[in-house]
Order: sequence, then structure tokens, then C-alpha cells
Amino acid sequence: MDGMSLLTITVLAVFVGFEVVSKVSSTLHTPLMSGANAIHGIILVGAIIVAGQAADPWVLAVALLAVVLATANLVGGFVVTDRMLHMFHARKQVARKEGAGKVEGR
Amino acid sequence: MSLLDPVWTSLLYLAAAVFFILALRGLSSPRTARRGNLLGAFGALIAVVTVFLSSRLENIPWILAAIVVGSAVAAPVARRVKMTQMPQLVALFNGVGGGAAALVALLELSHTDDPWVRLAIVFTLLVGAVSFAGSGVTFAKLQELMTTRPVVFKGLPAVMGAVLLAAVAAGVAVILTGSGVLAVLLLALGLAAGILLVLPVGGADVPIVISLLNAFTGLAVAASGVVLGNVLLVVAGTLVGASGTILTRAMAAAMGRSVAGILFGAFRGGSTAGSMAVSERPVRSSSAEDVAVLLGYAQRVIIVPGYGLAVAQGQHTAAELALALEARGIEVDFAIHPVAGRMPGHMNVLLAEANVPYESLKEMGEINPQFKTADVALVVGANDVVNPAAKTSSGSPIYGMPILEVADARQVVFLKRSMRPGFAGIENDLLYEPQTSLLFGDAKDSLAQVLGAVKTL
Repeated sequence: MDGMSLLTITVLAVFVGFEVVSKVSSTLHTPLMSGANAIHGIILVGAIIVAGQAADPWVLAVALLAVVLATANLVGGFVVTDRMLHMFHARKQVARKEGAGKVEGR
Repeated sequence: MSLLDPVWTSLLYLAAAVFFILALRGLSSPRTARRGNLLGAFGALIAVVTVFLSSRLENIPWILAAIVVGSAVAAPVARRVKMTQMPQLVALFNGVGGGAAALVALLELSHTDDPWVRLAIVFTLLVGAVSFAGSGVTFAKLQELMTTRPVVFKGLPAVMGAVLLAAVAAGVAVILTGSGVLAVLLLALGLAAGILLVLPVGGADVPIVISLLNAFTGLAVAASGVVLGNVLLVVAGTLVGASGTILTRAMAAAMGRSVAGILFGAFRGGSTAGSMAVSERPVRSSSAEDVAVLLGYAQRVIIVPGYGLAVAQGQHTAAELALALEARGIEVDFAIHPVAGRMPGHMNVLLAEANVPYESLKEMGEINPQFKTADVALVVGANDVVNPAAKTSSGSPIYGMPILEVADARQVVFLKRSMRPGFAGIENDLLYEPQTSLLFGDAKDSLAQVLGAVKTL
């Protein structure tokens, strides 16, 4: 891909990034940060490419370390975000008055 | 072998990028947030399957084993972590992502002699390393493995300046020579810069720094996409970099601070370095029974939860107390400061965990005028977010931060562990006011005692 198209895509992505989160309430700051954090775990794709091209054992070792780290970022990020949001969701199903003084843990 | 031709590969990467955009948009609204996150995970799955099908890869068994190891470590931790410790886990995940980007760039150096690609490599190395080391320090601060107070030493700005200059010099040298040794040196300088960047940041500002480093990792991933010629990495990294920047500014605004002030405040000596001195002035301490009477015969109670409630795991007891009061016909609301807890929105997550209904959680702008009509403001484990010093004393480190106006309530009750100042390390004059009473002890124990006493009224 030539440099100009790459620059075009980057600039457009910057504006999309600004737009999609510009109106978020402070309630969702934490999950949004956590979700964005998971998305950059996609560096896993880069780590896989590098590991797949490695011929030297040392290069492979470093690349595999990158794969482990990137996977942790990607998988852990989505799982922890889902857990946070699950709590927001669960709230709707619990009719609070029915609890009759007893509030269950999650 | 490659099963997919380049057109299909591009189309699948495009699909993944669209899913990421939908994910961020979904996460911006409470109704669609969970689905948004799942869309993001689905996009990531598409991308990972695509890279296996489209590239000529060696070492596939090794790679799969590494993915299994990474998942096996991260998923159980993410599933089991206490919600109070979640901010540092996010910091940790962010750091390892930055580290992975830096390693990818390091290994690509020998595959190119294009100076522009080398520039992207230098950028990824430096920013990825800053994010990795900086996140490590934020983790240590939040986990209280080290002091949460700003760490400053004489000559810190000079050391930081020297490290950055050396990093620029090493970066230029790497671009000109492509030397691997210099690249490793650059990596080391990036790690040092990351540590020096976060050390002087005071505890209360750490969440904003996590968000900033999150944006940094996004930029590092975008640059690594340039290095590898992979459009998906460019788009996803840029999205996170851009949205992370906006989010960082929004968080800083919620605390009435500027990002530059947070990062460089300590250099100028104006950061959150309050005193640990405990005043000798008298306070009115009361018993759980007294507090129960105050609450039980009120008409309107506003509970102000803070991090102390979260560390004591008292959110469930607080929810029970609210139920018991409502059973007596008392109107109860929770007033949530934007930065209550350790991250913006953290307190909402914790109270949602305790099944407090969404309608009872009031944001600051909405609840502040209502304190005037409240009989009792019950402040549980919060301090800085209700400290009038933020409004009245221009010399205070938290001056300018919007606060919850609990002083307007007829009575103010603090449940506190001790007279020790809050996370920002500043004394709270409200504690000494005549309408204020204090109940000392662990937030959960105190709440349980008050709850027991309310039930016997």
C-alpha cells in the first residue's frame, strides 16, 4: 500500500475515533476505556505475522513473547469489559422492591 | 500456504475494522454497551482467523501454543479480579499490548531499509516502551506496591530531558543505520522515559494517565501497522489513539484538571502533593445508633460513596441500607462524583454490581442542587470529592475540581476509617463543621452497624 493511501486512511480513522466517543457520559468512561484497550490488543495480528516469518530461534522466541502479551491484552481486555458491562445489564432484571431487604451479590 | 487471496483478505480486514468502529460506538451508550464489546471481540476473531488463512506462516504450532498460554493467563484473571482492582488490571493489559507492539517493531527492523518504515519502527519502539513501563508504574501505584504519592526528586526534569534527548538521538541513528543494538538502546530509553513520566503523577490523577497510556498504545499499534503494511492495525490503532485522546480530555475535564498540568504539575511543584499532617482540631464523633436515628427519621438521604466503600467491599451493605431506608418511606439517592473510585465511572460499576438500580445513581450535575433539600448526606469512604477546599482555597492541589456540595445538606455524616486525608492527601475542613458528625471504622462494618440499628428503630 502506498504512503498516500495509508495517510488518507489514518486521517479518516482519527476523525471516526473522535466522532464515535464524543458524546459518552462519564458513567461509561471506564468500560469505554477498557473496551478501547481490548481493541488495541489486535497487535496480536502483527505478532502472529512476525512469528510466522521467524527463522532464527531467538527471533521466534521474542515474537512468541509478543504473541503471548498481545493475546493477554486482547482476550483479557474483552473479558474484563464484558464483566463490567454485565453488571450494568443485570441491574435491569432485578426488580429491587421484590428483593424484600435482601440484596444478592452478582 | 495461503487459502485466501489478497482481495478476500482485505475484505475480511475491512469487516473487522467496521466491527471495531461499531464496538466503540456501542460502548458509548449504556443500552448497547455490552453488545458493542461483543462486536469488538467478534471483529478481533475475524482478524485473527484471517491472518492465519491469508499469510504464509511457519511455526504455526508454536504460535497457537503462545495464544493458548496468553489466553489461559489473562482470561481467568480478568474473570476473577475484584472490581475494586479492575483499574490496575486494565493498566496491566494496556502495558503488555504496548510491549507487544514494541517487540513486533524491533523484530521488523532487519526486514527493511526504507527510512520511512524505520521511522515508524522508531516511533513504535519508543511509544510502546513508554506505554509498557508507564503502565507498570501505574499498576504498582494502584496496587499500592509503591507509594501513591507523587515521587519527585531534585533534577527530575533534567534527567527526563536527558533521556528524551538521548532517545531522539538513538532514534535518528536507528533510522540512518538500521542498527539492532541501537534499537534495543532506544527500547531501554523508552522504558526509562515511561517510568519517569508516571512517577511524579499523584495517586488521584493516575486514572487519567492510564487513559493517556491507552491512547499511546493505540498509536504504537497504528505505527506498527505502517511497519507491517497492515491496514487493519493502522485503522484499529488510530481509532483507539483518537478515541483515547478524547476520553483522556473528558476525564481530565471531569476533575477540573488539564492533562499537561497532571503530567508536568509535579515538576513545577503544584501537583497533588498535599501534607500528611493530621490536624488536632476537635471533631464530633458519633455512634452507629446516633447515625441510624438521623437517617431513620429523615425524609431525604443522599449517599455519597467513595473508594473507601469499594476497598471495604461495602457496596452490598450500602445497597441494603438504602433498601431499609426506602422501606421506611425515605427517599434515598446515590450521588456519584465523576471520578469516585479510582477511574471515572468506576463507582457506577461497583454499585451496579451490588444491584443498586440505575435510576438511583445520580450524576453530579443533577444531584448538586438537591443537597439543599436533603436532611442527611451520608459520605461513605469519600473525602477529596466532597472537599470544599476545591472551591475555596486557590492554593490547594485540588483547587478547581468540581465537588459534590454535601455541605448544603442539613446534616453531614462521614463514615471514615481514620482522620487520615484522602488519596490526594489534603485535609478536609468540612470534617470540623458543626453540622458534621463522624463514625469511625471500616466502611462495611460501620454500614452494617448502622443498618442493624435502623432495623430496630
